[in-house]
Amino acid sequence: MVLDPRLSIIDTRLAGIKRLIAISGGKGGIGKSLISSLLALTLSRQGYRVGLLDLDLSAPSTHVILGIEDVYPREEKGIVPPEVHGIAFMSIVYFAGDAPTPLRGTDISNALLELLAITQWGSLDFLIVDMPPGIGDASMDVIRWLRKAEFLVVTTASKVTLETVKKVIKMLKELNMPIIGVIENMKLKDSSVVNEALKAFGVPLLGAIEFDLKLEDSIGDANRLLESEMATCIKEIIAKNPGFNLEF
Amino acid sequence: MHEWSLAEAVIAAAIEESRKGGLGEVTEIKLRIGELQQLDIEIFRFALDELARSRDEGLLLKNLKVELEPEKAIFKCRVCGKEWDFADIGLTEEEYEAVHFAPEVAHAYIRCPSCKSPDFEVIQGRGVLIQSIKGKR
Repeated sequence: MVLDPRLSIIDTRLAGIKRLIAISGGKGGIGKSLISSLLALTLSRQGYRVGLLDLDLSAPSTHVILGIEDVYPREEKGIVPPEVHGIAFMSIVYFAGDAPTPLRGTDISNALLELLAITQWGSLDFLIVDMPPGIGDASMDVIRWLRKAEFLVVTTASKVTLETVKKVIKMLKELNMPIIGVIENMKLKDSSVVNEALKAFGVPLLGAIEFDLKLEDSIGDANRLLESEMATCIKEIIAKNPGFNLEF
Repeated sequence: MHEWSLAEAVIAAAIEESRKGGLGEVTEIKLRIGELQQLDIEIFRFALDELARSRDEGLLLKNLKVELEPEKAIFKCRVCGKEWDFADIGLTEEEYEAVHFAPEVAHAYIRCPSCKSPDFEVIQGRGVLIQSIKGKR
């Protein structure tokens, strides 16, 4: 018998979190990290206690989006994420820096498990989790270990993205994981293609975010990001959808 | 005090297993302690003792003995097959600390000493594993 004790402590580490929202999507580059970051920032500015956990271990990017540098977790019976822009922020980047960290499936699983087992989140209203892309080892691990996760799926109207996003939704449904809804990102024109694709699943389209040419100029600056059109869309999505209400 | 969180995991696992196995008392846990995680054994043991004593589980952990067996970290290159150990690696203090918190970031700092590939596996000695739990019904 060989047992990994870390599996037994994850639920305790997440016990003080009221809502755990995992931002998923089948493809890389469709805006999961931006939506995770802006969702965390917006909820934090609304007065909620918010954490952001970047679990895209191969390509972490929320620290770049939020301009987070020169901070490090504190050790206290585990590690306590530093608070940046009002958000308790945790990422592998504290430990790997900007060095390429080529991890195979078992290494990714081990690193995810370590972060989940040692991070002391304390009491939070929302923990936003920027999920790894796709439905590989990392996503399956997170789904298995984050038992209180509710999923928010990001897509674009591209047929290529939608094909994969449909698989993600099917898999989440098969596993009986709750799905708050879908956000269409980088919308270029009026089209019902996303709505049509979602009809078969009974999953709501929470809103659409238009492609914002100026957004890149705000990357790394939390205040400018909050003034972006994308942030306005996120605020509207939060306001309109009971899925983001703490009492939901 | 990162050791504390892993000690807490061991105690939680022991309680979970005792419930599954219908044990009224856990008397012994054997742990394998991987070198790569560089745990401070004194702090880890202290945390285990404190946690076992403070748990409100009746007599479950009252007489618990914990055996720690160190396990050397050994790496194996997936490209050229070279095996090497942790003692061969000269990391900076910051890199050691990073590996202590998240041993997988070794892949950011360590390369195969023979072919320089970052594609290696840790074939033993990564972290804390429970080898056995003994108790009484």
